[in-house]
Amino acid sequence: MSSRGGARPAGEPALVVRGLTKLFADRVAVDDLSFSVAAGEVFGFLGPNGAGKTTTVRMLATLIAPTSGSAVVAGLELADGNRLAIRQRIAVMPESPGLYLRLTVAENLEYFARLYGVADVKARILAVLHAVNLAERADDLCSGLSKGLRQRVGLARALLADPAIVFLDEPTSGLDPVARREVHGLIDNLRDRGVTVFLTTHRLEEAERLCDRVAILDTSLRQVGRPDELRDRLFSKALVVRTAAPLPDPGRVFAAPGVESWRIDEDGRYVLSVGDARVAAPEIARALVAAGADLLSLSEDRHSLEDVYLELVDEDVEARRLASTGSAPSSARRCASFAATGS
Amino acid sequence: MREFRRNRFVIGTMGALPVVFLITPLLTIFRIPSSASGTAVRAAVGTISLLLLIVPVVLPPVIAAYSVVGEREQGTLEPLLTAPVRASELLVGKAVAAFLPAVGLAYAIYAVVLVGVRVGAAPVVRDVFFHPPQLVAQLLFAPLLALYSIWVGIGISTRVSDVRVAQQLATLAGLPLLAFTSLLSFQLLRPTVPLAAGLALALLALDTAAARVVSRLFDPERLLTGRPGRGDIVEAR
Repeated sequence: MSSRGGARPAGEPALVVRGLTKLFADRVAVDDLSFSVAAGEVFGFLGPNGAGKTTTVRMLATLIAPTSGSAVVAGLELADGNRLAIRQRIAVMPESPGLYLRLTVAENLEYFARLYGVADVKARILAVLHAVNLAERADDLCSGLSKGLRQRVGLARALLADPAIVFLDEPTSGLDPVARREVHGLIDNLRDRGVTVFLTTHRLEEAERLCDRVAILDTSLRQVGRPDELRDRLFSKALVVRTAAPLPDPGRVFAAPGVESWRIDEDGRYVLSVGDARVAAPEIARALVAAGADLLSLSEDRHSLEDVYLELVDEDVEARRLASTGSAPSSARRCASFAATGS
Repeated sequence: MREFRRNRFVIGTMGALPVVFLITPLLTIFRIPSSASGTAVRAAVGTISLLLLIVPVVLPPVIAAYSVVGEREQGTLEPLLTAPVRASELLVGKAVAAFLPAVGLAYAIYAVVLVGVRVGAAPVVRDVFFHPPQLVAQLLFAPLLALYSIWVGIGISTRVSDVRVAQQLATLAGLPLLAFTSLLSFQLLRPTVPLAAGLALALLALDTAAARVVSRLFDPERLLTGRPGRGDIVEAR
């Protein structure tokens, strides 16, 4: 099953968004979004409820009109004249798969295959059912399927017209862990096929596991980048040192090259802010050995995407609070700031 | 269509109403004696004709009212709107899905009544029933009334949030048409072929206007977000 995404010229982005804004009356739903998504990329779109994720997908899928801004979707300018052509090149799977429950799996797919003008409908249905491991359930009524299986049918429907971009809106919402893992596997398959996936989610571990890059949205775009890039951008790099007993003079030990500051956390571990962990770690190990410390572990402090997300969203909450009260910003909140206690 | 065929509510309503509309006329027809006066026969046939014209008015809303709000209730509207089809194509598809069974049933009921009249009714009844303008009026008006009812049903379906409410409102909205059909059925307007053709043209114009109004009412943005959309993406750039 080849994808149109794979057939696109190398290097041409699948999606380019420039200043996209949507107002509902005087409420700003999405504010001045600009980003691009490379062909074949799995792009995560993260944000809290009401951040504008679904509104963005609907604008890009030509379902609702932006108030301002522009976009190029699958090589086509987001314009009224391109509405049908864009829809022919993309697929959208909303949060609820939206199946006709009185129809069988195959009948649901056949209906949409005809709407999309798919050639050789039967063969195509079989191919997409195989792609989502549902071929043996083709004749089952959708009403009898579990939520996870319905989600798979929704994904099969999304693949019917061989789209260049698949928009998945909260595809694992409400699924149990097993069904969620299956959907993750299917998204991995899409990536392997070269399909561009635009994944909206508020599951951070899902975004971290599946996405090449993520955008964090809270009405406006807060950050875009690879999860590790975002971590580096927002948090200081840190090393964590555990010793069998407290160091008698940690300030002298941690005066090693590359260490910018250090502190002791609530578990009695030494947390060191460093410029480059790969340079600093051997120096610190040598200094600890030289000081006669019983070293239990020396590891890099990994911030999760969740830390990144909470950092950004908390900033927004704080900004909104300040805007409403007119008070001065608090400096005590940045969760990853190092309070230097020595050196 | 397949979806509707498996919907018990739709099938129940579409099945029960025709039975009522079939039994009542046949019983009325068979009870009219040969000695009945011309006025009495015309009154009875008028009632039956009206009943037969009610069928294409009250059946389509069962399906048409379901067409948009029903999709929205079961979550299939957004995938449908994302498909590469024009809103007008979507609406015509919805209208056809309501039109074919409703008009098919209306014609089928009329055919059974005609056969019943031919076989078992008194000659005076037969003469009135098989009066050509009466036949033309029934055959022409059934699809035209159904179309109007369908567009009203779809239009209401785009603006309400509950299938039952849509069906009730759509049925109510079709009732004024019965006043119009009553004029012919009770021969307050003497049915002639030119009159029937003229009224049919008027109904056709009404259907066309209703289709245009529904096309304007069908706003995907309002359906998805509850707020009216600007419609044209180009304007937004």
